[in-house]
Amino acid sequence: MIEIDAITKRYDDNTVVDNVSMVIEPRTVTVIVGTSGSGKTTLLRMINRLVEPTSGVIKLDGEDNRAIPGHELRRRIGYAIQGHGLFPHRTVAQNIATVPTLLGWEKSRIDAKVDELLTLFQLDPKTFGPRYPHELSGGQQQRVGVARALAAEPNVLLMDEPYGALDPIIRAKAQEDLLAIQKHFGTTIVLVTHDMNEAFHLADKIAVMDKGRVLQYGPPEELVRAPETPFVETLIGDTERPFRLLAIAKAGAAAEPGEAEGEPIREDKTQQEALADLLWTGRSALPVVSASGAPMGRVTLDALLKRATRPSGSAR
Amino acid sequence: MKAWLPTILRGLLFVVLVAFLLSPTTFEPVLKPLVDTNAPAIYNQGSLLDLTLQHLSTVFIATLVAIVVAILLAILVTRPFGAEFLPLSRSLVNIGQTFPPVAVLALAVPAVGFGEKPTLIALFLYGLLPIFENTLTALTNLPRSVMEAARGSGMTNFQRLMKVELPLSLPIIVAGIRLSVTIGLATATIGSTVAARTLGEVIIAGLQSNNLAFILQGGLIVGALAVLIYDGLSAVEKMLTRRLGIA
Ligand SMILES: Nc1ncnc2c1ncn2[C@@H]1O[C@H](COP(=O)(O)OP(=O)(O)OP(=O)(O)O)[C@@H](O)[C@H]1O
Ligand SMILES: [Mg+2]
Repeated sequence: MIEIDAITKRYDDNTVVDNVSMVIEPRTVTVIVGTSGSGKTTLLRMINRLVEPTSGVIKLDGEDNRAIPGHELRRRIGYAIQGHGLFPHRTVAQNIATVPTLLGWEKSRIDAKVDELLTLFQLDPKTFGPRYPHELSGGQQQRVGVARALAAEPNVLLMDEPYGALDPIIRAKAQEDLLAIQKHFGTTIVLVTHDMNEAFHLADKIAVMDKGRVLQYGPPEELVRAPETPFVETLIGDTERPFRLLAIAKAGAAAEPGEAEGEPIREDKTQQEALADLLWTGRSALPVVSASGAPMGRVTLDALLKRATRPSGSAR
Repeated sequence: MKAWLPTILRGLLFVVLVAFLLSPTTFEPVLKPLVDTNAPAIYNQGSLLDLTLQHLSTVFIATLVAIVVAILLAILVTRPFGAEFLPLSRSLVNIGQTFPPVAVLALAVPAVGFGEKPTLIALFLYGLLPIFENTLTALTNLPRSVMEAARGSGMTNFQRLMKVELPLSLPIIVAGIRLSVTIGLATATIGSTVAARTLGEVIIAGLQSNNLAFILQGGLIVGALAVLIYDGLSAVEKMLTRRLGIA
């Protein structure tokens, strides 16, 4: 758990992060969004003390993050950034081994960890381990950057626009990988992004920042249904709202008893994908199946349209 | 075919140089036409091999000290606590460079006497700037995201310096050393004027007795050494750069 309590950062007279308080639950993904210069990176870097706050306290699992020296704190917290920051003079394996080496792990344990992570990120350890970063594609470098951040099995992983430079296909893949890995290790992830689709796809909770303040902090659905300020509404996008609602709910949740024709959709796909499938194939209903293929009823076009309609009680 | 031609030429140059130093008299017929009938065509006031080794060792020692001092200095002024010395150290080293070598020698002699010492001092001072400048450039232009990652992964200041900053700066530092050595090889010849044993002796002897062959062989040996060492260090630098994937 990360407790951010009345954190403020000032550079001279410029207040960059302004009295921010929020609690990040363990084993969740929190995404910070906001305009450029709103203080996202600064807030993130105060968690691992790359930036020291002007005032306020940040506690990790109840312990003040200033209780131990900064470099020791940072060995416990994974940190992945845009442009990956891989060490160009070290091989992929050595890069991933950075923090475990600093922590003095035994060689056999380090090697096993490197192999495990490379395999997890679908990079063959024999092929990629001995390569240098410049011998990888951008997407591969990014994966190695995240693998390096995860190598010492941190409870907390901070990510600053990790996928900013990736093409949409690789990016989608990287996001899937991240969610799988988050489940696998139970890591608490705090991620900064400019991409609202990415935010809605990954987040358990989203924090919207503007001019150093957190305007709203809550589950994605809440942001769509009840945006607290016009800025939040604008950020989510007027024309995107119905699709955002569908994008954060699973097809299984919209399933009702009944039969339908044609190619089924898996329950863990989003309702947005279900809608796209219906529209594209010109059907009015499609069968839903579980991950193992067992029938779970059907999703109808009508049901999806209802779910995408403005919730009653919402302002506009 | 073109790619290995320079390598062959260098190999050839090396072989000729070694052959000449081991057995100068073999080359007498080549140099004979340059001198009067009675004058010696090959330097006869000492062993050329000895002088060459002396010359090299003087340059080597001076450069070694310059490397250590210049790199330490550059590290010092790029740390937060040394930042205020950055402009000062820069101008000091620059001033050192504007002094002509002869002036440094002339000033050093009264202080430390004739012989190798004033030459070492001059070479050391001349070797400092290129290495210092290059190390400084390298240390202040490291890729931001890499430095960020180094801090973010929990390296201490010292670990960052040793594991990331210096290794990444190495190719540029080597380029500075290369420059420094080349300057040193040439400057060392002047050391003979204050009685240091370098290849300058051969050239000066040639000038004094109007012996073109002496001047030529002294100059050519220094030139050949400079070319070979320069190329050698260039190769090291290229290798390091390629390792870093910068090239
Ligand atoms: N070291 C610093 N000194 C002075 N001002 C700084 C410093 N670091 C950041 N700032 C300022 O703080 C503000 C917030 O910066 P920050 O990097 O946190 O923004 P951000 O939300 O991450 O923006 P972006 O989306 O562009 O990455 C900016 O106006 C920036 O200029
Ligand atoms: Mg930022």
